[in-house]
Amino acid sequence: MSGAVERRSGLSGARILAVLIKEFIQLTRDRLTYAMILVMPIVQLLLFGYAINSDPRDLPTAVLVQDQGPMARSTLSALVNSGYFEIVRTASSPAELDAAVARGEVQFALTIPADFTRRVVRGDGAQILVEADASDPAATGGAIAALASLPRTALSRDLVGAASKPGADPFEVVIHRRYNPEAVTAYNIVPGLLGVILSMTLVMMTALGVTREYERGTMESLLATPARPIEVMIGKLAPYVVVGLIQTTVILILARVLFAVPMAGGWIALGLGVLLFIVGSLALGFLISTVARTQLQAMQMSFFYMMPSILLSGFMFPFRGMPDWAQALGSVIPVTHFLRVVRGALLKGLDVVALWPSLGALALFVVVIAGAAMARYRTTLD
Amino acid sequence: MSDLAVDVSGLNKSFGPRHVVQDVSIQVEKGRITGFLGPNGSGKTTTLRMLCGLLTPDSGEGQVLGLDFRRQAEAVKRQTGYMTQKFSLYEDLSIEENLDFVARVHELPRRRERVADSLERLGLTARRKQLAGSLSGGWKQRLALAASIMHEPRLLLLDEPTAGVDPKARREFWDEIHALSAEGLTVMVSTHYMDEAERCHDIAYIAYGRLMARGTAEEVIARSGLVTFRGEGPGADRLARDLAKASGVAMAAPFGAALHVSGTDRAALEAAIAPYRKPPVTWTEVQPTLEDVFIRLMGQSSDNFQ
Ligand SMILES: Nc1ncnc2c1ncn2[C@@H]1O[C@H](COP(=O)(O)OP(=O)(O)O)[C@@H](O)[C@H]1O
Ligand SMILES: [Mg+2]
Repeated sequence: MSGAVERRSGLSGARILAVLIKEFIQLTRDRLTYAMILVMPIVQLLLFGYAINSDPRDLPTAVLVQDQGPMARSTLSALVNSGYFEIVRTASSPAELDAAVARGEVQFALTIPADFTRRVVRGDGAQILVEADASDPAATGGAIAALASLPRTALSRDLVGAASKPGADPFEVVIHRRYNPEAVTAYNIVPGLLGVILSMTLVMMTALGVTREYERGTMESLLATPARPIEVMIGKLAPYVVVGLIQTTVILILARVLFAVPMAGGWIALGLGVLLFIVGSLALGFLISTVARTQLQAMQMSFFYMMPSILLSGFMFPFRGMPDWAQALGSVIPVTHFLRVVRGALLKGLDVVALWPSLGALALFVVVIAGAAMARYRTTLD
Repeated sequence: MSDLAVDVSGLNKSFGPRHVVQDVSIQVEKGRITGFLGPNGSGKTTTLRMLCGLLTPDSGEGQVLGLDFRRQAEAVKRQTGYMTQKFSLYEDLSIEENLDFVARVHELPRRRERVADSLERLGLTARRKQLAGSLSGGWKQRLALAASIMHEPRLLLLDEPTAGVDPKARREFWDEIHALSAEGLTVMVSTHYMDEAERCHDIAYIAYGRLMARGTAEEVIARSGLVTFRGEGPGADRLARDLAKASGVAMAAPFGAALHVSGTDRAALEAAIAPYRKPPVTWTEVQPTLEDVFIRLMGQSSDNFQ
């Protein structure tokens, strides 16, 4: 009689290891999965990176010039000379200008107020107003950067002598971003992409993992072993945690090297967020696989989950710009919280304490989903 | 402890509206090989799965290996080896990796040694790195058997282990089963092959979810109450159609060039044969074979079923 008989049926490290090793070997045997793990993040990053790098010029611009003075003319020509702006409409009223932006006819609307020249000459807080349609931040980034240097350069020839005060700009450019108050910049896309790539690969791979066992008939043998549901789950998910970490590393390194994404610190918060998100995504995949009967169904359910993750998480559209119902829906999606953690940590250098609400939400997600998966996992073939 | 390895009664299982196992009660003595026979779809796999805890019975009580098979399913699992009808090891793992997985998941002591032993006994040591999926049917079956007995179970459930395997491999397989049984292992094996039924100590015949017969081959034959006449001679087998319709004939089945005609009422059967008792066909009473009995049982149960 074997010694295993009398053993109490607690959580067993050996059984977890058994499943883990098996899962890991299968992973390395599957060339396609292998390729998907490494190639997909790189391809996606390059595709999106191209969008980040693109520096569109000659953006359609409408102007409303209420000042007939020389400074207005100089500013305008400096604007055009920057190469980013092409004046396609000269409006005669603020309302006309507004309408052009609203219709999406122009990306920028420039207003030079009536007292512009006078104020510049007097050094009395001259301003020009630029309204930017920032709904596509990648498109407006370069142009806005050009606007920032405009005050220093535009009037350098007009202002010599008395009127030029060293150290102070002759006027100020006031930029109003419309449609994208959070001002999602190009840099934001990389952290977002990390969330999307991780969920896409991890959810799908685990979702297929269990359904594949049913389809190939191997589940019958696995269920006949003493391995318990939680052991099977841990053993099956652990190799993919490593996969997720590799993907994260690849993406972050590429983001840094190719696109100079700022990394302001917050490494502990980032690490914690990445780990929670990876585990949560894997648990979700496992949950899907307990519901789906075939690999095809598992695939479809994974896609169904990806849609809101891309659309409502703040990856595609700025979160605060969405209607209330969409924000509510977005709040239960882990990608939303993951994006906040990654952006907060990488771009703003926030720490664990500052990011606690999002990290907590991710932890809650892990617990709820893993619990549900365990409750659903069938130990029989019924 | 009793000397019954399996003692369950009143097993029922339905899938939706289909009642696929109906009131099956079965006792299996320790150390014996019980053949589980019956037509396709009659509930053999379902019954075996219920015994090893892979399916939950709708009703039924009893003990497997002295344990309540419903409430202590986990403990039963640990002492039961189950070889599935369809190959269910990992085809993308090598032979050795599959055995290693089994050894780990059962937490076997001296794991490496036991895997090596197992490979040695299989004669697969040289091919241990080969993927299980690339093995032929006979080798897959031997590997599956090795995997299912690695944890030294006390009860072994084999679901059509020799389907699609060549006769030589089948013979070797049965030699191995008998060797295991001689060491005290209790075996339940489902099969379609008559010659295999005859290699079992006991037989259980199940048809359309009902257990129709139980006992040793001799007992099953004796209890059937069947009388069988064998007709030999040119054209004997061609009488089957006419005789099957005659009253008193339960069944008429050609066996090669000969014909077996069976019934439970000797007088009526002899009367039915009388018109055909003429040359070139000669008739002799013979002992009914298991096959005669099974064909009869199958006919009976499908009558009940409709
Ligand atoms: N999981 C299941 N769901 C629905 N029907 C099933 C399931 N398993 C088996 N059946 C049906 O139950 C009947 C008995 O099947 P089975 O036990 O496999 O028979 P056998 O092994 O004797 O061929 C068959 O008609 C089969 O189609
Ligand atoms: Mg079967």
